[in-house]
Amino acid sequence: MEAMVFLLSLIDCCALIFLSVYFIITLSDLECDYINARSCCSKLNKWVIPELVGHTIVTVLMLVSLHWFIFLLNLPVATWNIYRFIMVPSGNMGVFDPTEIHNRGQLKSHMKEAMIKLGFYLLCFFMYLYSILND
Amino acid sequence: MSQPGSRGATAGLQAQNGAAAASGSPYSNGPVQNALMSSQVSAGQGYDSQLPGSYPHLMPAKSLNPFSGQSNYGGSQGSAQTLNRPPVASNPVPPSLHSGPVPQTPLPASQNPAATPMPSGSFLPGANPPLPLNWQYNYPATGSQTNHFPHVAQPAVSGTTNLTRNQQYVSPGDPSLQTSFIKSGSALPLQNPPLPTSFQPGAPPGPSPAGGPPPVRGLMSQKPPPRVVPPPSFNSSINQEATPQLTNQNPKTSRSVGYAYPSLPPGYQNTAPPSATGMPPSSLNYPSGPQAFTQTPLGANHLNASMSGLSLHPEGLRVVNLLQERNMLPSTPVQPPVPNLHEDIQKLNCNPELFRCTLTSIPQTQALLNKAKLPLGLLLHPFKDLVQLPVVTSSTIVRCRSCRTYINPFVSFLDQRRWKCNLCYRVNDVPEEFMYNPLTRVYGEPHRRPEVQNATIEFMAPSEYMLRPPQPPVYLFVLDVSHNAVETGYLNSVCQSLLDNLDLLPGNTRTKIGFITFDSTVHFYSLQEGLSQPQMLIVSDIEDVFIPMPENLLVNLNESKELVQDLLKTLPQMFTKTLETQSALGPALQAAFKLMSPTGGRMSVFQTQLPTLGVGALKPREEPNQRSSAKEIHLTPSTDFYKKLALDCSGQQVAVDLFLLSGQYSDLASLGCISRYSAGSVYYYPSYHHQHNPVQVQKLQKELQRYLTRKIGFEAVMRIRCTKGLSIHTFHGNFFVRSTDLLSLPNVNPDAGYAVQMSVEESLTDTQLVSFQSALLYTSSKGERRIRVHTLCLPVVSTLNEVFLGADVQAISGLLANMAVDRSVTASLSDARDALVNAVIDSLSAYRSSVLSSQQPGLMVPFSLRLFPLFVLALLKQKSFQTGTNARLDERIFAMCQVKNQPLVHLMLTTHPSLYRVDSLSDEGALNISDRTIPQPPILQLSVEKLSRDGAFLMDAGSVLMLWVGKNCAQNFLSQVLGVQNYASIPQTMTDLPELDTPESARTIAFITWLREQRPFFPILYVIRDESPMKAAFLQNMVEDRTESALSYYEFLLHIQQQVNK
Repeated sequence: MEAMVFLLSLIDCCALIFLSVYFIITLSDLECDYINARSCCSKLNKWVIPELVGHTIVTVLMLVSLHWFIFLLNLPVATWNIYRFIMVPSGNMGVFDPTEIHNRGQLKSHMKEAMIKLGFYLLCFFMYLYSILND
Repeated sequence: MSQPGSRGATAGLQAQNGAAAASGSPYSNGPVQNALMSSQVSAGQGYDSQLPGSYPHLMPAKSLNPFSGQSNYGGSQGSAQTLNRPPVASNPVPPSLHSGPVPQTPLPASQNPAATPMPSGSFLPGANPPLPLNWQYNYPATGSQTNHFPHVAQPAVSGTTNLTRNQQYVSPGDPSLQTSFIKSGSALPLQNPPLPTSFQPGAPPGPSPAGGPPPVRGLMSQKPPPRVVPPPSFNSSINQEATPQLTNQNPKTSRSVGYAYPSLPPGYQNTAPPSATGMPPSSLNYPSGPQAFTQTPLGANHLNASMSGLSLHPEGLRVVNLLQERNMLPSTPVQPPVPNLHEDIQKLNCNPELFRCTLTSIPQTQALLNKAKLPLGLLLHPFKDLVQLPVVTSSTIVRCRSCRTYINPFVSFLDQRRWKCNLCYRVNDVPEEFMYNPLTRVYGEPHRRPEVQNATIEFMAPSEYMLRPPQPPVYLFVLDVSHNAVETGYLNSVCQSLLDNLDLLPGNTRTKIGFITFDSTVHFYSLQEGLSQPQMLIVSDIEDVFIPMPENLLVNLNESKELVQDLLKTLPQMFTKTLETQSALGPALQAAFKLMSPTGGRMSVFQTQLPTLGVGALKPREEPNQRSSAKEIHLTPSTDFYKKLALDCSGQQVAVDLFLLSGQYSDLASLGCISRYSAGSVYYYPSYHHQHNPVQVQKLQKELQRYLTRKIGFEAVMRIRCTKGLSIHTFHGNFFVRSTDLLSLPNVNPDAGYAVQMSVEESLTDTQLVSFQSALLYTSSKGERRIRVHTLCLPVVSTLNEVFLGADVQAISGLLANMAVDRSVTASLSDARDALVNAVIDSLSAYRSSVLSSQQPGLMVPFSLRLFPLFVLALLKQKSFQTGTNARLDERIFAMCQVKNQPLVHLMLTTHPSLYRVDSLSDEGALNISDRTIPQPPILQLSVEKLSRDGAFLMDAGSVLMLWVGKNCAQNFLSQVLGVQNYASIPQTMTDLPELDTPESARTIAFITWLREQRPFFPILYVIRDESPMKAAFLQNMVEDRTESALSYYEFLLHIQQQVNK
């Protein structure tokens, strides 16, 4: 059972890692002018909800399987994901808004966020892997 | 003469000019001058690089004529006036310099040919016909009202100006004029040496271009023709000859005072006599020979000079205690600070009206910038109507190979064949073609090319700059015809304005026009050629709107003009009985977008209520009882529909201009997005009604007139580059930022301003100068692809004090206003207001703690920032940011749109209007512009204490002029100026001053006309008496006074002092 939980988390985490890498690649494409803001944002906005859902699943899974430490570790990131999604102004086209992304250093902060998340997911990945092996 | 066989090409060219001169020249002395020209030309075709003598062309830019130095980047009254003085007074240098060959008399015809052989004859003054035809403004009727300054200073400023004017004011009907590179000014054919063909891709179709010389001709011309002796500075002789012309033939030259682009382009003046730098005025002092390299070196050696320049302005170094010296407002319009550069560089610099920086001294590091607490940014007005603009047609546009910067006056030439980019420091090769200078017709002078002599220049772009063939001008009008719209009666005004201006729409034979009307359905109009009357097609399926027929909805204006006129005449009557109250704006916009997407163009949308049907329907969100509080107001759009559509439009090169004529709340915050991201503009006429609100009707008419006839650029993009180390991080204005530094502007118009914020990414310690370049690529209404490039160069400084000394308070206030709009939208209005106040407090405390050594009591500010608290207070009381008043939400949002979209000059006027007392105008200190005398009353502080009941005061708030007449105003003023018997008989709404035959009336009207001429639109004059409803608006602009909810200026200063001294 334990192993199943962690295996599921591991797979989920893999997906999240790939997603963060995709975010980083797309944002750096925008930085280097390979794609324009419009297509970049519409690409990324598509994946905001899957990421949110994916991460919430892991968090909830940890809660129900009573892995408190991992749950608490995941909680801030999950909260941030949800907060970010809810706080999008009504006039914006999603978390990534093409008209805003070049303003006030938003591109940089999105980039930073994606990097941090990538690091976090990698950490989680090894944690789940360790937990599986330990079982 | 030395090239007898090669005259042909130019001959054609000259013939054109000559013909124009013959037909159009009003100059009485024209023929004489023409004769003069020809003799000069014949004397000096090549020029002798061997003979010693003054080599004007080769003189380093250092050796400046004081005269030309003064007239550069004028804008100031002084310089423009200088231009008008008689030649003897204004330019005493040349005679001594050239041992007398240049006569001072206005008509030197008899002496000149013999004594002063001219250089290659390209700069010939006077003979040039005034071509009053700017290609954008070539309609006869617009002259006085729609575009005030394009025509103004144009005729005959000087010989050099004539030259450039030729480049700019291309006559639309004459393709050769449009394409040839630079035309010399002589009116006589067969005398000038020809331009090399390499610079005339579209060579004039005039007589026998076959004789045109090969490009190498420039080389040959260095060999002296036998008769030629060293040429004098043509510049000085031009001044000599042209100035008299100026004074008596161009009555309006100085009207450009304070506004126009410099009258003499600096690029063409470097040949001026050298005495400015103290060189003995002897022609023998100049080294002979081909003077290897004379471009002004930029950098270290100039820095010392510029530093010493600081001490020349003790006033600028003064520290001001604002609490003691309360009257800091200058009585003349505030001038932008001059960057602390060596004058040779500064004179080449971009006009601050077009391009200016908040800090004219750039801090070396981000740490220094953070310490100063001042925003670093640029304010641009890139497409401003210019009086003169050099236009270059060249098959290769020289750009840096790595950063794609256009070559500009601030690059450095390492040697003849290599130049170093001033933005990325890459060393580039000078292309062969660039070696030849078409102005002087000399080979091997790349640094004298117009590209390197003008900070503002326009290139005709070759086909590499086109993604598709240039689009035709397309104008689509989308009109609301619901019951509400018909009630306001706006259709009459709009259709009438359109009818009047149909022929004046910028365009060519390809111009297309179309109309869509909408209520709860969308109506299209087929204007197929051959139809007896326009055919209306109704699409009632607004959920999935489609285009009812593939063509004939957008028609060629020339071919279907009668049908269009027919439609415009009948349109106002067609819907008079409509009972449809719904408005399906969203579907109508979608339909219009579909109609225009194949070509792109301009969509003008007229809307009179909240859209209620279909996609994009909005709900009223305004709560009137919350108007006055700064919290919880809806400044953000409620839907992303308009933003998405705007981005679609932007992608298809469609710009949407929104005219909102609404009595009720119409959610401009959401609707405005359609214009904001598609680079359109928003016009708002609250409570428009054809009978109840004649003031708005007049305003709409005037603004429509300007809107329809002003210049327009299609499918434009703008890129702003800056020197390595600086980076742009935020953009303000109406456009879509497509990639890091590329702004997508489906349309660009001359009334739009932009702003950007920058940061110092890498330390600038190893550089002394930084440059900024904006390049605007657009398609003109004539279907030419053009690039307008502005380059600004600024010094880098390392101490906080210097940063403060170079602060440009107007630009800072403008940028802060832009930032505050963003802040109000993303955070809240009260946040934005706090941020504005904090900006003052932070910067002044930084100044106090880091710069001032002794801690004096009071509020000490650097002289450059003496108006900063005042302007910020004015911003806080501006409609966008004010609290406590019952400002309607739409009006507030409109004011915010204006902050973002207006150029700085207009923003500052609307924020802090100018107040003049006009009941006692006198000729003392008046501007004399040939036969016109324009009184210059001092600008008064915006405080009621400056008003008095027995006077009359004019407030110039940019887009409106308000004349407040006091109750006890002198009878003289009432009868002589207003033309009324007594105070009571001033009409309730009076928007015109009668032209009376009295000196008082003449002065007042001259002054008001002068004010109006300084801006492209037509501000309406309102005469206000005590009971007028406009009085509140007048008093609201009294920003130094206390209101119920806002501090007075003095209280504000005390507040700041308290915070600063904490």
